[in-house]
Amino acid sequence: MLEKVLFAGFGGQGMLLAGEFLAEAGMEEGKHVSWLPSYGPEMRGGTANCSVCVSDRPIASPVITSADCIVAMNRPSLEKFESIVVPGGLIIVNSSLIDIPSTRTDCDVVYIPASEIAERIENPKGANVVILGALLGKKPMVRQETMAEAIRHILGERKARFLPGNLRALAAGMEFVS
Amino acid sequence: MAKVLMKGNEAIAEAAIRAGCRYFFGYPITPQTEVPEYMSRVMPKIGGCFLQAESEVAAINMVYGAAGAGARVMTSSSSPGVSLKQEGISYIAGAELPCVIVNVMRGGPGLGGIQASQGDYFQATKGGGHGDYHLVVYAPASVQEVVDLMGVAFDTADRYRNPVMVVADGIIGQMMEPVELPEPREYRIDPAKKPWAATGWTPESGRERAVINSLYIEIEELDELNMRLQARYDEIRKNETRWESYQLEGAEFVACAYGTVARICKAAIDELREEGIRVGLLRPITLWPFPEKAVREAAMADGVRGVLTVELNAGQMLEDVRLAVNGAKPVSFLGHPGSKMPTVEEIKSAIRRMKEEQA
Repeated sequence: MLEKVLFAGFGGQGMLLAGEFLAEAGMEEGKHVSWLPSYGPEMRGGTANCSVCVSDRPIASPVITSADCIVAMNRPSLEKFESIVVPGGLIIVNSSLIDIPSTRTDCDVVYIPASEIAERIENPKGANVVILGALLGKKPMVRQETMAEAIRHILGERKARFLPGNLRALAAGMEFVS
Repeated sequence: MAKVLMKGNEAIAEAAIRAGCRYFFGYPITPQTEVPEYMSRVMPKIGGCFLQAESEVAAINMVYGAAGAGARVMTSSSSPGVSLKQEGISYIAGAELPCVIVNVMRGGPGLGGIQASQGDYFQATKGGGHGDYHLVVYAPASVQEVVDLMGVAFDTADRYRNPVMVVADGIIGQMMEPVELPEPREYRIDPAKKPWAATGWTPESGRERAVINSLYIEIEELDELNMRLQARYDEIRKNETRWESYQLEGAEFVACAYGTVARICKAAIDELREEGIRVGLLRPITLWPFPEKAVREAAMADGVRGVLTVELNAGQMLEDVRLAVNGAKPVSFLGHPGSKMPTVEEIKSAIRRMKEEQA
C-alpha cells in the first residue's frame, strides 16, 4: 500500500498541520511516511500545501506528481491540483468555501462543509481536522485511535486544551462521510 | 529508541548536538533557517554556544577560530551563503582544521530561488575556494541518513583534520520523516587528542605549541603542506568513499544520482521493472571522494548498455561519471538547472529512449 495525499488550502487553514497529523499517525502504526511542505513565499492568506506519503514499504520519492487523494480547503487549491489525482482517486472538497464542483468525473469527489461543521461543533478553527476526519473515513489509512493519539502527541502539553475540540472535529468529519 | 517525526533541518541540528557539537555560528537563509533556529533554542540550554553572526563571512571565520581551539563546531547555510563562506573554508583547509559545513542547496546562480537544487556540486567537490584542497562531501537522501551522516561528518573531520561538508537539497531540509536519533555523545576538548588545538598549552605539557596558520611564504614549506594534504586526500579516498547500490544485479541500464533525485530514480526503477526494463541505481553518498571505482564497475558489468546520470542541475556530477566510465559505455544525462525536479515519468522516458537508440 502506498497512499500519496496532497493537502492544500490558504496559509493559516491548517493544511500543513493536518498533513503532519496523518504522517505522525502513520509512523505510530509502524508505516513508512514522508511529509513535504511547499515552501514558496507563503503567508497567511497565500496558498499552502503539503504532500504526505503513507506506505508499507520504504518511500522512494517523497515528491508527489500524481496523487491518490487531494484535500482542497479553498477554490484555488481545487483548481490547481484536481488534475494530478489519479483516475479513480479521491477528491475532498471543503464546500463551505468552494462554490464550484470538481471537473473530474473519473474520481470519487466528496463535498463536505468542513468550515460549517467546525462552527457547529464550536471549534471554528478545526475545519482542517474535520476534513482530515472525512479523509480518514473514506480512506482508513490509520485507525481513528491512532490519529487521536497523533493529534494529542503533536499538540503536546502546552496546547493540550485544544485536544477535545480537535477530537470532536475528527469524529464529526468521519461521521459526515460514513 | 522510538522513532520521531522530524524535519530534515531540525534533525541536522539535533544530530550535530548529539555528536557533541557545542558551537554553532551562522546566518539565516531559506531553506535551512530551521537549523540555526533549532540551535538558538537548544544550545543555550546545554551550555553550548549559538551565535547569529553579522554575515556568512563572519560566521565561517568564527568557525575557523573555534576549530583552532579544538571545538566541535559547525555552520550551516544555503547556496548563496555558502559562496560567501568559501574564502574561510579554504583557510580552514589550509590550516588543517576540522569543522562541519552544511549546505541545504537552493537554485542559483546569484540569489537564484529558494527551491531545492543540486547546483553546488562543482563548488562542493572541486574546491569552491582557492588552492588545492578538498572537502569530504556527504549527500544524504533521507532525514534518517542526514542524522546518521552528521555524526560521521564530525568524526571524519577530526580524523583527517579537514573540513567536511554535508550537502542536502532543499527537500531534505524541509521534509519530515521518521528518524531514530543516536544516543548523545559526550565530547570534551582534549588537547592530548587534538594536537592542533591552540588551547591548554603549557611549557610542561610536552607537546609542540599549536599554531593556527595557513600562510607558508617559503616554497618548500608550502610544498610540504600541499604534499601532506594530498597524502591525506589519498587516505580519505581509500577509507571514506561511500555509495549505495540498488537493483544493480542483472541491470541493462545504470542510473547514477544522489540526494532526493536518487529517490525519484528508485521510484522510476521500480516502475520500469514492471515494464520489464531492468535498471539499477548507483547512489554516491560521498560526492567527494567520488565512488569512481564503484561507478566504473557498475557500468562495466556484463549486460549493462548505458548509464543515465540524473541531477537537479545542468549536469555537474555527469563529468565525474563520464571520467569514471571513460568512454566504455554511453553516458546520458537528464536534469534541469534551477529547481524543476526531474519526475518519475521523465526518468522512465529517458531510459526507454536509451533502450530504443540501442535497439
